[in-house]
Amino acid sequence: MNESAIRRKGGANLRETVMHGVFFLCALASILAVALICIFLFANGIPAIKEIGLLDFLTGTTWKPGNDIYGILPMIVGSIYITAGAIIIGVPIGLLTAIFMAFYCPKRIYGILKPCTELLAGIPSIVYGFFGMVVIVPTVLEVAKLFGSKISSGSTILSASILLGIMILPTIIGVSEAALRAVPSSYYEGAVAMGARHERAVFSVMLPAAKSGVLAGIVLGVGRAIGETMAVIMVAGNQPRLTGDFLKGIRTMTANIVMEMGYASGLHREALIATGVVLFVFILLINLAFSVLKRRKDT
Amino acid sequence: MTTVKTAAKPAVKSKPQPERVYGRGRAAVQKGLVYGAAVITFAMLLFLIAYILWRGIPNLKPSLFAWTYNSDNVSMVPAMITTVEITLLALLIAVPFGLFTAIYLNEYAKRGNKLVNVIRITTETLSGIPSIVYGLFGMLFFVTYLHWGYSLLAGAMTLAIMILPLIMRTAEEALMAVPDSFREGSFGLGAGRLRTVFRIVLPSAMPGILSGVILGIGRIVGETAALIFTAGTMAQIPGLLQSGRTLAIHMYVLSGEGLHMNEAYATAVVLLVVVLLMNSLSALVAKKLTKK
Amino acid sequence: MSENKIEIRGMNLHYGDFHALHDIDLDIKSNEITAFIGPSGCGKSTLLRSLNRMNDLVEGCRITGDIRLDGEDIYHDCDVNLLRKRVGMVFQKPNPFPMSIYDNIAYGPRTHGVKSRVQLDEIVERSLRGAAIWEETKDCLKKSALSMSGGQQQRICIARALAAEPEVLLMDEPTSALDPISTSKIEDLVLELKKDYTIVMVTHNMQQATRVSDTTAFFLLGEIVEVGDTEQLFSMPKDKRTEDYITGRFG
Repeated sequence: MNESAIRRKGGANLRETVMHGVFFLCALASILAVALICIFLFANGIPAIKEIGLLDFLTGTTWKPGNDIYGILPMIVGSIYITAGAIIIGVPIGLLTAIFMAFYCPKRIYGILKPCTELLAGIPSIVYGFFGMVVIVPTVLEVAKLFGSKISSGSTILSASILLGIMILPTIIGVSEAALRAVPSSYYEGAVAMGARHERAVFSVMLPAAKSGVLAGIVLGVGRAIGETMAVIMVAGNQPRLTGDFLKGIRTMTANIVMEMGYASGLHREALIATGVVLFVFILLINLAFSVLKRRKDT
Repeated sequence: MTTVKTAAKPAVKSKPQPERVYGRGRAAVQKGLVYGAAVITFAMLLFLIAYILWRGIPNLKPSLFAWTYNSDNVSMVPAMITTVEITLLALLIAVPFGLFTAIYLNEYAKRGNKLVNVIRITTETLSGIPSIVYGLFGMLFFVTYLHWGYSLLAGAMTLAIMILPLIMRTAEEALMAVPDSFREGSFGLGAGRLRTVFRIVLPSAMPGILSGVILGIGRIVGETAALIFTAGTMAQIPGLLQSGRTLAIHMYVLSGEGLHMNEAYATAVVLLVVVLLMNSLSALVAKKLTKK
Repeated sequence: MSENKIEIRGMNLHYGDFHALHDIDLDIKSNEITAFIGPSGCGKSTLLRSLNRMNDLVEGCRITGDIRLDGEDIYHDCDVNLLRKRVGMVFQKPNPFPMSIYDNIAYGPRTHGVKSRVQLDEIVERSLRGAAIWEETKDCLKKSALSMSGGQQQRICIARALAAEPEVLLMDEPTSALDPISTSKIEDLVLELKKDYTIVMVTHNMQQATRVSDTTAFFLLGEIVEVGDTEQLFSMPKDKRTEDYITGRFG
């Protein structure tokens, strides 16, 4: 018959090779993106940090662009306070809701509630922010007055913490629920077979077994909270000051950038970009913590 | 998991002895907390949606849908069109890149390939970056360095990078769910890798890929921080290199000015409906996948 | 008549550090049915999959030695896709593509460049007839192949392989996922097909090997222990291990 029916023909596989190359190049896009983001942020932010002085920039307590004084400690502390507040409010509710979803929720209701948690994640932060502005802020003001506080505005650390606490719920619920479900059901069966109650099996066997997954969810929630911008701006008051009073307004790093970038120029603009760099470094550290936790969960 | 639960309940009831060790009271408190938290979570969501709809729907006046925007009538039509433009543009860039990356990772790359690990780490990094950082980068790179100015294109490119990890991850999951027996069948008939991917694997993975794309649309529509300093805030129907505001930005500007709260409510309704729609559409498409 | 279609000489196969096939020498004759038998994990499927280079898809798989199809080396300077067109394969579990019956059958010819509708119609009919499933499918060619029963799906898969007009058909336990009635239909079909094709079949079922095959090769731990005429191998095995296996002492 045909003597060389299986011999390789020159150029027959050209299309395969070309498309393989195309796929490969596309796969490099994410690496390129991360590289570009790092290069442009650092290249534009570091000169300002040099000029201001790293220590003065990070630990300076005064932010007065008019006088060329750029200390972002208040903003760093602001971000940390609000994030911590969000964690204090969001984690217990989120974790308990995750436990509900994994161990208590009847199957019929689950089909409705699961999409609801996804919807919670899908609502735009601007809508959350608006909701916070028209509902949470006035409520906080009223309640504070009821307790005899003399604050004049409800835009406070507390309001921002409550709002962010709600906003990180879907992250906490999603990751924790997945972690709880990943615990082998034999653990549960083992506990129940020894006569443990449902609650005891869940809280003292399943929950500890899912610990690192839950922790990863919390770390991811921290990342979301610290990076949140629009919602925070609308409820936090945005005063660049150092305060520990949770009924006072405060400014986060993210807010600092959005508030002033529109009109800033020169060193002021660079200092804002540098604020972004500091935020970026925070996020990278949090990401690192997250992937370490996730890896530990995998093994 | 529900099976675990149903299997467990009778066992608990028929064994009274644990009560000494683990008090009935403690269990009741825990149960109360669990149910309480769930009620708070879902009541919160319900309240938020109901409140926005209740305050917003009466403000959805026909005049808000006039063709042009001016300071007397803050029409949202230009913002709606901008949103559609920027969404399409961002998808046009992000979907091929995300999908092709997923194809490379899942269909071409060898396991244990170092580059694959690097790609996974960078994608994870990308998905953790907050939108304000994307906004800053877009401003520094597209707006300033490439001299595009505040423009539709700069905004769309920024968003494309932002949703890239989402598109990629969902596409990869969809490709992974395609059984290997389909690939074997195709290779066994003498089809090359490329034909196998496009004729056999992609059609089977399409619902999963689509549901990811729809989620991406949801994120684009709701995005604000990444757009303020890239696409800008002009209320007009923009060309490729002109500034335009999406609905979310429109809402931010309106609520920030404080003069147009009613219109802001109305915009919130529209945004919420779009997001609701996208979420249910995505779930619907994904369900189609599991049914098959 | 019985010239060698495939010749295997001194072939070794490794999966990473695992030496899966040792020094295989085997001739597969034209228009015969050759059966590979042996306990699970003995390498029979691995050898089968080497004949159309499906093992290329497995990472860390290395093959040395010589496999020739009509005298041509299939591992050197060979277009894998053309090789697989000539050496078709039917898998253990029916794996029709999630598309219509027609498109399933037409997939192979389309892959190899047939575009004309008339030609495709003809190939589809011929292949379905060849796989003895034309009568059951001629009125529903547009229906999804996944809607058919397991036995029908497997015959569709055979038809799909035939449509690519192969010379050799590799069958990897083609009936292991099927009920007895479907199995017997497939066996009848295989006997019918041997007129036009060279068939190599892996089977777990020794009765099946005696029912359909002309030559049988017995595998153990990655080696061919014994090859011979099927009747002879089963009635008078030369090797003690073969005897132990076919009398059911292990496996």
